Amino acid sequence: MSDLMQEVTEKAMALGVPLAVQVDLTYRCNERCVHCYLDHHDHGEMNTTEIKHLLDQMAEAGVFILTLSGGEIFLRKDFFAILEYARQLMFCVKLKTNAVLIREQDALRIRELGVESIQVSIYSHRPEVHDAITLIPGSLKRSVDAIRFLKSLGLKVIIANVLMIQNRQDYPGVHALAAELGVECTLDPTVTPMMDGNRSTVSLGVDHSALREVFRDPALVGDVDEFCAIPAKTGETELEAIPCSAGHTACYVSPYGDVFPCVQFPVPTGNVRQQRFVDIWRHSERMNEVRSIRVKDLTTCTQCSHVSSCTRCPGLAYMEGNMRGPSSQDCEKSFAKTGIPSANMLAKKIAAPNLIQIKTAQIRPVRIQTEQMQPLDARPVAAMSSATA
Amino acid sequence: MNKLYVARNPRVAARSLDGEMMIMSGQDSTLFTLNKTATILWQAADGATPLDEIVEHKICPEFDIEFAVALQDAETLARELASHEILQVSEQPIPPRNAASGEAR
Repeated sequence: MSDLMQEVTEKAMALGVPLAVQVDLTYRCNERCVHCYLDHHDHGEMNTTEIKHLLDQMAEAGVFILTLSGGEIFLRKDFFAILEYARQLMFCVKLKTNAVLIREQDALRIRELGVESIQVSIYSHRPEVHDAITLIPGSLKRSVDAIRFLKSLGLKVIIANVLMIQNRQDYPGVHALAAELGVECTLDPTVTPMMDGNRSTVSLGVDHSALREVFRDPALVGDVDEFCAIPAKTGETELEAIPCSAGHTACYVSPYGDVFPCVQFPVPTGNVRQQRFVDIWRHSERMNEVRSIRVKDLTTCTQCSHVSSCTRCPGLAYMEGNMRGPSSQDCEKSFAKTGIPSANMLAKKIAAPNLIQIKTAQIRPVRIQTEQMQPLDARPVAAMSSATA
Repeated sequence: MNKLYVARNPRVAARSLDGEMMIMSGQDSTLFTLNKTATILWQAADGATPLDEIVEHKICPEFDIEFAVALQDAETLARELASHEILQVSEQPIPPRNAASGEAR
């Protein structure tokens, strides 16, 4: 982040201004990515009028950066009407798309409307891998063709590459493809749970050795020693810090009008069909609860040596059951970087023998039965020792 | 001296934060912030009102400054903003273009 952006963000935070908002226009999608966290059925999307009304309210509230995402945004027939309106309100508009539906004419319109950037999901440079993740034959070619149109018009394109078991080997190929296309590339090694809490997608995430490899690739992280350095001792300043921008200068609105602190933080705070956006932002009890949390309030993480450098996502922590708790996926990342287990990982290790004790305790009724038959029998005690060991 | 007309570039993004304008260049995503005076100029830059009128009616009443000095400063500022493609400057009125037809709040 540039110094000026940092300054603007701090000012927005002090004033309570939602500087950046992601609005998902639809959860419908033309791809069926194996790791996707969304339910693609339409459960009553906001219509064009409702979205324009929301954009008016967001401009009034001071929102500057507007990310339009989905689902696949180009499935909405009114997409360009929404985009045009957003630009009339002078939002800095970023798009997230798989780009499969973008044709040359669409690319021209996107340029005319002054979109800041277009992020396109690419999982592999090999069609057999990318298309097996999107479950749409030919999708890689169509996405890459669209990137070429967009880039040839001078638009800023960013390839977003999610790392998972299926494409573990391919991130260097995706980076090479990005370089050939002349576009930026980001790599995200986190596969998130589904928004309804279903965690089946998480198992598609890469293992510890793959994370270690990625975090030690200078092409990705720059100075490896610096990136993987053992974290500095935590000071008072770090403990008073906020965990992330969710609910402070950023939030998320679903296609149904639900407002959450972030797309990865599905704690319901209100719905713009029932309340004004700014009222939810300022007065929602849950939003204010999220906003009140400081690093020092985190239950396990304050004891962790990684606390000052961890990428802990409060939304992932929430989906694990406690918005003040650790996010295990980020613990894994801190561990893969430094080789030092997090406080959460150590606590789970210590807790493991306790599980055996619980199992032993479950055997106790047998002991009671035994005592009933043989009051002086010492065997259950021996069994307990053996199990604990 | 010919009159100067100024218009907001429709390709930029802009929003007021506590009375000061944040502007993202459409050309290279560079972020600019304008102080309160520059913000007044930018908001009044509709392509139809000459710069001297903007200075006389919008800037001078806000600040204790002589018109001639303010006009010179405003012209320098307008040309600087034009060099970053934030404003358009012309000796003719500038017709409104679609993307900038709204005013940043």
